[in-house]
Amino acid sequence: METPLPSTATAATTTAAEQTRQAAPVALSGRARRFSLRRVGRALVPYVFLAPFLLLFAAFFFLPFLYALDQSLYKVQFNGLGLGPPQVVWVGLANYVKALRDPSFLDGFKRVLLYGVVQIPIMMIVALTLAFLMDSAVIRFRSFFRLAFFLPFAVPGVVAAIMWSFFYSPGSSPIISVTDLLHLPTPSFLGANTVLWSIANISTWLFTGYNMVIFYSALQGIPQEIYESGRLDGLSEVGIALRLKLPLIVPALVLGVLFSLIGTLQLFNEPLILTRLSNSITSTFTPNIYAYNVAFVDTNYYYGGALAVIMGLVTFVFSYGFLRLTRRQSGV
Amino acid sequence: MANLPLDAPSATRRSRRTGDHERQLIGVRQLSLKNIVAYVFLVALTVYFLTPLYWLALSSTKNNTDLFSSFGLWFAHFNLWENLSRTFTYGNGEYIHWVFNTILYAGVGGLVGTFISVMGGYALAKYPFPGRDVIFTLVLGAVLVPVTTLALPTYLLMSKINLTNTYWAVLLPALLYPTGVFLARVFAADAVPNDIMNAARVDGAGEFRIFWQVALPLMRSGLVTIFLFQFVAIWQNFFLPLVVLSDPSLFPLNLGLATWNFDPASHELLYNLIVTGSFLSVLPLIALFLSLQRYWRAGLTFGSVTG
Repeated sequence: METPLPSTATAATTTAAEQTRQAAPVALSGRARRFSLRRVGRALVPYVFLAPFLLLFAAFFFLPFLYALDQSLYKVQFNGLGLGPPQVVWVGLANYVKALRDPSFLDGFKRVLLYGVVQIPIMMIVALTLAFLMDSAVIRFRSFFRLAFFLPFAVPGVVAAIMWSFFYSPGSSPIISVTDLLHLPTPSFLGANTVLWSIANISTWLFTGYNMVIFYSALQGIPQEIYESGRLDGLSEVGIALRLKLPLIVPALVLGVLFSLIGTLQLFNEPLILTRLSNSITSTFTPNIYAYNVAFVDTNYYYGGALAVIMGLVTFVFSYGFLRLTRRQSGV
Repeated sequence: MANLPLDAPSATRRSRRTGDHERQLIGVRQLSLKNIVAYVFLVALTVYFLTPLYWLALSSTKNNTDLFSSFGLWFAHFNLWENLSRTFTYGNGEYIHWVFNTILYAGVGGLVGTFISVMGGYALAKYPFPGRDVIFTLVLGAVLVPVTTLALPTYLLMSKINLTNTYWAVLLPALLYPTGVFLARVFAADAVPNDIMNAARVDGAGEFRIFWQVALPLMRSGLVTIFLFQFVAIWQNFFLPLVVLSDPSLFPLNLGLATWNFDPASHELLYNLIVTGSFLSVLPLIALFLSLQRYWRAGLTFGSVTG
């Protein structure tokens, strides 16, 4: 091949604007024009690499979002007496107004928020404690413990819910066998006041180890000198953990809370599986279950579209807002 | 969010360091009260995390009666072989279909999806181009807002082109994996030096050849990590198949097991099949977790430990 021009070799490190500026003056001779074509081709390379992803993003993210947005502005209307065929009419933002006043939808939100406010801190504290213990040199069998805690993350939410449902139902629960044996009061896992926390337990079981691994890896990045300086200052192991190490792994904590928050807002699989066992899980139990029922059981696609848009926006606002809020402390 | 990688040093350096630390401390602190409390806590949580899995393995050996009448944490009549044969033959062997479908969705979706994610992440990390920041923001937005939110409009759009209730309805959306693009960007920035790319250009290699013959081999361990994550994400996915599929012969395992669980006519008879089927369905995932731990950590820390 021809001797490459020096600029060819560095093209990737210069900006595209510079490339076009450089390309203009040399596009005179045939040889140079070929090079400029190659430059234009090279400017397209990253787009070619990204094309399949962008195509999928458009088809399964952007387009559905636009479609839901469009659908959400219509509704099916029946004639005054309910006679004649129903008509689809444009109603502007009426579906959104309806959603924001819909007690079924709002109650679901309140429920998952309550769930998140309790479950996420508990899970984070347990995961942090485990991560600190895994990072502590005095604990033995750490790789066994780490694996034991992480293993539930392999289990799909649906299977975890099926499994725990056997632990919750009176007929098959080993927990109830034990409490009966000890003549303790029989716990009710599926009652109106307890079923939400039984679901929270499934999430905690699934994701504590996952969060532990995130925190543990962050702890491993802390330089050893921290230990020495802390010990020189007379801090105990716990003091070193809380005062010196904890502030350094805040970015990992932010990440863990963020993904838990997103998961909580989407809560669907576990309550759905438990509906067979508990009358307390209604069709409006979580926002996602409600949206699913509106769309696929009542086949109200227009209102369902509005709910989908709201769910998407709320999830985005919550997670983005959380990132902004913690940006200063975490340096994320 | 852009600086999320947690800047951990390599795992090997750390473990050597811990080794020294350990030698200093063992003996001095090993039997302190604080340590005993710590071990009690760790053992209690180990019991909490492993008991349900132990129960699942154990219960797959029980018949329907024993599932409800025997003590849940010990053996009763050993009925595993009968359970297995009924799990595989019930409903004209629909479970075998589900196994095959799940492997197809997760395997093909994971392979093709990884390739798509890696190309995207590589472009974002290694080429400056107009629109790069916008595209990266889109990737992050898609990580933050799960596609499940958009399952309803996705279903409606698919039904317009008669795509619902086909393999494609699950496979195509599964290929979109923004987390994979995010990870690939970190891995590419980390593992593919600009000097090597430039040297390849000097030798006359085209950009696609550089990607295929230089960058991909360098990102090998990152590729495994992304494939693992996407494979498991698709294997565990439930909501999308629930929405877009109605023909049980197309179901993945999750959805199939859930329908057995909900079957109002016969669920009394199916408990042992649900348990055995669930047990079999998590075995491959557990095997992946046990055998590929290193790659898990690399992904969970967003590429900070590339190994």
